[in-house]
Amino acid sequence: MEEIIKEVVVGEQEDYVINMGPQHPSTHGVLRLVVSLRGEIVKNVQPHIGYIHRGIEKMCESLTYPQIIHLTDRMDYLSASINNEAVCLAVENALEIDIPDRIKVIRTIMAELTRIQSHQLFWASYGMDLGGQTCYFYGLRDREKVLDIFEETTGGRMIVSYNCPGGLMYDIHPNFQKRVKEFIKYFRSVLWEYDAILTGNVIFRERTIGIGKLSLEDAISYGVTGPSGRASGFSCDIRKHEPYSAYDRVKFNEVLYKEGDTYHRYLARVEEMRESMNIIEQLIDNIPEGPYAVKMKPVIKLPEGEYFQKVETVRGELDVFIVSDGNKNPYRLKFRSPNFVNLGVLNHISKDFKIADLIAIAGSLDFVIPDIDR
Amino acid sequence: MLFTTVSNALSTLSEPWWKVFYDFSSLTKSIDEGLRNSMPSFWAVTLEMLIIGVLFLLFYAAIGLFLVYWERKVCAFIQNRLGPNRIGPYGVFQTIADLVKLLFKELIPIKNADSFLFNLAPYIVIIVNFMVLGAIPFAKGLHAIDFNIGIFYVIAVSSMSVVGVLLAGWSSNSKYSLIGAMRSGAQIVSYELSIGLSIITIVILAGSMQLSEIVESQRTGWFIFKGHIPALIAFVIYIIAGTAETNRGPFDMAEAESELTAGYHTEYSGIKFAFFYLAEYINMFIVASIASTLFLGGWMPFHVGNWEGFNHIMDFIPPFFWFLGKTFFVIYLIMLFKWTFPRLRIDQLLTLEWKYLLPINLVNVLIMAFIVLMGWHF
Repeated sequence: MEEIIKEVVVGEQEDYVINMGPQHPSTHGVLRLVVSLRGEIVKNVQPHIGYIHRGIEKMCESLTYPQIIHLTDRMDYLSASINNEAVCLAVENALEIDIPDRIKVIRTIMAELTRIQSHQLFWASYGMDLGGQTCYFYGLRDREKVLDIFEETTGGRMIVSYNCPGGLMYDIHPNFQKRVKEFIKYFRSVLWEYDAILTGNVIFRERTIGIGKLSLEDAISYGVTGPSGRASGFSCDIRKHEPYSAYDRVKFNEVLYKEGDTYHRYLARVEEMRESMNIIEQLIDNIPEGPYAVKMKPVIKLPEGEYFQKVETVRGELDVFIVSDGNKNPYRLKFRSPNFVNLGVLNHISKDFKIADLIAIAGSLDFVIPDIDR
Repeated sequence: MLFTTVSNALSTLSEPWWKVFYDFSSLTKSIDEGLRNSMPSFWAVTLEMLIIGVLFLLFYAAIGLFLVYWERKVCAFIQNRLGPNRIGPYGVFQTIADLVKLLFKELIPIKNADSFLFNLAPYIVIIVNFMVLGAIPFAKGLHAIDFNIGIFYVIAVSSMSVVGVLLAGWSSNSKYSLIGAMRSGAQIVSYELSIGLSIITIVILAGSMQLSEIVESQRTGWFIFKGHIPALIAFVIYIIAGTAETNRGPFDMAEAESELTAGYHTEYSGIKFAFFYLAEYINMFIVASIASTLFLGGWMPFHVGNWEGFNHIMDFIPPFFWFLGKTFFVIYLIMLFKWTFPRLRIDQLLTLEWKYLLPINLVNVLIMAFIVLMGWHF
């Protein structure tokens, strides 16, 4: 048994083993990668997770459903309102509540704004991973504008907790539509800068094209979803295949590439920002009138049974599985987080590349560590 | 005593005192004579060395602090920020405050590190910097050592800084440091070739290795204009290789903070870290000053053919400021690279050198030799 552990962790005798993390500038959090090197070449990557494990699933078992919403923000903090939506949808489906259109549309707009700001942060930090520090400030400059919109409507900038079972916490701010339209107009006018700084750069293209190839078969068998999976041609967009909220009434393209390398994972995210803007533009002018929340019972109790809901977060498919015994808190609640599954493919695609490529590949999978550990 | 010597020297000058700024040789000569008259020549030379040493120390600190401040301002300008703006007007005292902070910081001893080599490494880097600075012609007559193989000496000495980097990486007993140092070794040794060859291109054109003579022969026109296309190619290659020599982005493989945290100086703290940090900036200054000496005419003013009035105005600016201006222009170019490009990968870096720059450079040297042979240059 000891021998097996040694082999898995350390690799072969002559390997040069370095610990990347838990404190490392480009693991974007407390992820520890044990990397076996031969010279500069990566032979084995062992991710060690759990440094920010808070037992969210276990905590959920002793909390009521409206309380659980606030924990989901803390999983993938960059797609906070989409995580909220997942639990809300699961609860609403279980209770068989009809949600008014207004709520659906606002939820969709918030989800797509979340997607945009997360991809902006991805773009910013990905540039920094590859050594282009200026990207960070351009990305954050634009992300700030989305966060301001969030702040005005929800009171929170990142951890918004805007959805609740049965609707929304509060109505949208009167300025909301105006500011979202302003933002889209502004962001369309500066998105070319993103391409000018990074996408078209010779060094960037040299660094990313053909690096860390993930084939379609591997993407499916490892279960890599989200933009990372779609860059390999895996059509896995829940918004398209099992539309929830208002996604069935908007037209948008699923960004698909065949290549599956680091460059196309990056490109998929930049393109998704454009698609998200298209979705918002279709909805922002026709938010129906109506209540912002359905009247719910003060204590929400789900009937006995098992409930399941899929949503497409920024990084892929988030599944919520609730087992209820009829009480006000779930008997068991399980999240299938996209980051945890995407992390599994890291060793497979970064083998035999250089150590600098490992950073590029890990960056292109766009991890949020609290979502991996939960 | 020193003060009286200097004031005597100034009073014995035949021209008004401000003429000194246009030609320092009369001042230095009369100081030398004054010292030699008042003491044995051995002590006079020792005292002169001491003066030059102190002057360079001051210059080193001043340039280092200014470049750190300027880099932060340039980077802020590119990144839509303000940069340092709290300490002093426009934050000019920020770097001084940083230096004071670094001076007071604890020097953390590293367990299992080779402490002798660990402490030696920053000094090697600093000493190499000083040795190169001595050979650079700052202005007419403002030149610590001016000997007939000046540029050869600069190449030879400046490549020694890799020893300091390697020692730092090896002795700190850290895996990141070791990778950083090995990368830096491969990188500096490779790019030394490009630097050498592009300098040789200019030496062929100038016909001399003495730095003051190289500058003097650009009186009729800077080499970048004089030497046709080969000089331009050599300049571009020199800037690329010089950026790589100084371990700056996009070639900052040795530091690569997103991969190796801080590369070879990961384990250094306090003033020892500051030495590495300052040395990086002084290295940049040295690379830029050699570029301005060889390609942009050193302290020679900018002249345009027959425009007498224009040329007179240009002559009015003291040579020292011409030199600094050109050097800072080149430094600004190097800073622009760092803040706009992503980092290369180590194998791409070596490919760029061995497969592209080196062959281009070799052909370039031949072309330059041919042009000089045929007398086609201006």
